[in-house]
Amino acid sequence: MTQNFGPEARGAACTAQLLLSDQPILYPYVTQPDIMVVMSQEAYTRFVPELKEGGTLIVEQDLVRVADLPRQTKVYSCPATRLAEELGKRMVLNSVMVGFFTAVTQLLKPEAVRRAVADSVPSTLQELNLKAFENGYGYGVKSLVFNPHSQELEQVIYAKE
Amino acid sequence: MKADPRGVLTGTHFIDGDHACCEGALAVGSRFAAGYPITPSTEVLERFAARVPTVGGTFIQMEDELAASITLQGAVWGGAKAFTVTSGPGFSLMMEHIGYAVMTETPCVFVDVQRGGPSTGLPTLPAQADMMQARWGSHGDYEIIALCPNSPQECFDLTIKAFNFSEDFRVPVMFMMDEVVGHMTEKVVIPPADEIEVVPRRHTKRSVDDYLPYATNGDQVAEMAHAGEGYKFHVTGLTHDEHGYPNMTPQTQDKLIRRLQSKIRDAVDRITLLEEDGLEGADVVVVSYGITSRVAQRAIELARQQGLRVGKLRLITCWPFPEKRIRELAPDTKAFVVPELNLGQMVREVERAARALAGRASSCRPSS
Repeated sequence: MTQNFGPEARGAACTAQLLLSDQPILYPYVTQPDIMVVMSQEAYTRFVPELKEGGTLIVEQDLVRVADLPRQTKVYSCPATRLAEELGKRMVLNSVMVGFFTAVTQLLKPEAVRRAVADSVPSTLQELNLKAFENGYGYGVKSLVFNPHSQELEQVIYAKE
Repeated sequence: MKADPRGVLTGTHFIDGDHACCEGALAVGSRFAAGYPITPSTEVLERFAARVPTVGGTFIQMEDELAASITLQGAVWGGAKAFTVTSGPGFSLMMEHIGYAVMTETPCVFVDVQRGGPSTGLPTLPAQADMMQARWGSHGDYEIIALCPNSPQECFDLTIKAFNFSEDFRVPVMFMMDEVVGHMTEKVVIPPADEIEVVPRRHTKRSVDDYLPYATNGDQVAEMAHAGEGYKFHVTGLTHDEHGYPNMTPQTQDKLIRRLQSKIRDAVDRITLLEEDGLEGADVVVVSYGITSRVAQRAIELARQQGLRVGKLRLITCWPFPEKRIRELAPDTKAFVVPELNLGQMVREVERAARALAGRASSCRPSS
């Protein structure tokens, strides 16, 4: 996992990139992501062109307006900020998004991600972040639909074939 | 000697290279750090400041890098294993005291998480442009040891090695990370304490009356005493004899400077750490270090798929430069390729070592 940020302490664009491989990872940066989570319009404009053809885009519903996407892109959308506000802390929208990501990508075991969320926040904020994770996860599971063509649960919204 | 289990966070972790470096320092028994935070090295100190009170030690945030780089040496003479952490601009400020550590033979570690320079340059992006500064940055005639990790796991493993070399040779060791290695998060496995080898301080066994601080007694490295133990000794950056007091004659200077160099040079085989692959029958040898070595690995694999005979030589020890190995390889090598995140630093060493021995081309410099 690598991160990219400017010298500003707050309020500037930042990214985090994660590579998963069963081979040794040699180049540390992601150049054509399979999955991209976008949480601001600025990030959308700047990074979405890098998304791999046929890739998966996950957006914060109220902060990102989706436009000009390749038709094969799978888009999942989540009102993470609102779900976080329901818990009284907008700050935990990241954990909401992690939950939503876990539900819609079905890439990782939810229990493993729960442990990772708990592990990555201070102990006083564990309960809140785990609640946020559950809310995002629940929203993701509910919004999945069964696609008879692919025989998979999917939530395909904007960029249909 | 085995590591003190109190400092060893045995287990499998998902941490970045900065944090791994800190854990390496704690595991090998460092209980003192002084530093002035600077991106991209801050997380090393941040973690140390949080962790060291739990194992019994001290972190001091100093007013600047000059203060940090001399405070840690006071701690060493007080008996601690100590280090400081910085990046390019701070590394420049520490040069004077790196020379002091060389001259006084103070075992300690300087971590430089390299970023783009000169000056404040690129705080959040990687570079490997302090490599010559690590070797030659302080004035005077000296030898140094520098190690270069290429993953968070190596940030842990090699920090331990850096401390061990510093104790073994009583020399400041430069630990040359870069922003990517420092900020990249990967799996890091920390072994049990009884699997971690720790080189203890070369403490004198002589009595207070019988002790000469810079007498080498047949070895090239003298034995230390610590402040407060009753030994009477003087530590100075001035040219000194075995009593430790200033003695500014050409004879004393000659003897001292030659020993400071030969204690490293004579042990170069022991200090040299390399990773080699496919060098037998290689036409082209890629010489790399740090994060660049991982990217180069991909290029090597692609070239091999095209049928080219490419060997890999990764420098884990960058200083002293492993020139013997380059000389061995040069006669059968058509070209050395030296990718690095600068416009040509270690490539000069490869060229020097391979001169007149290599085949068609001696080396390949990066284009500007």
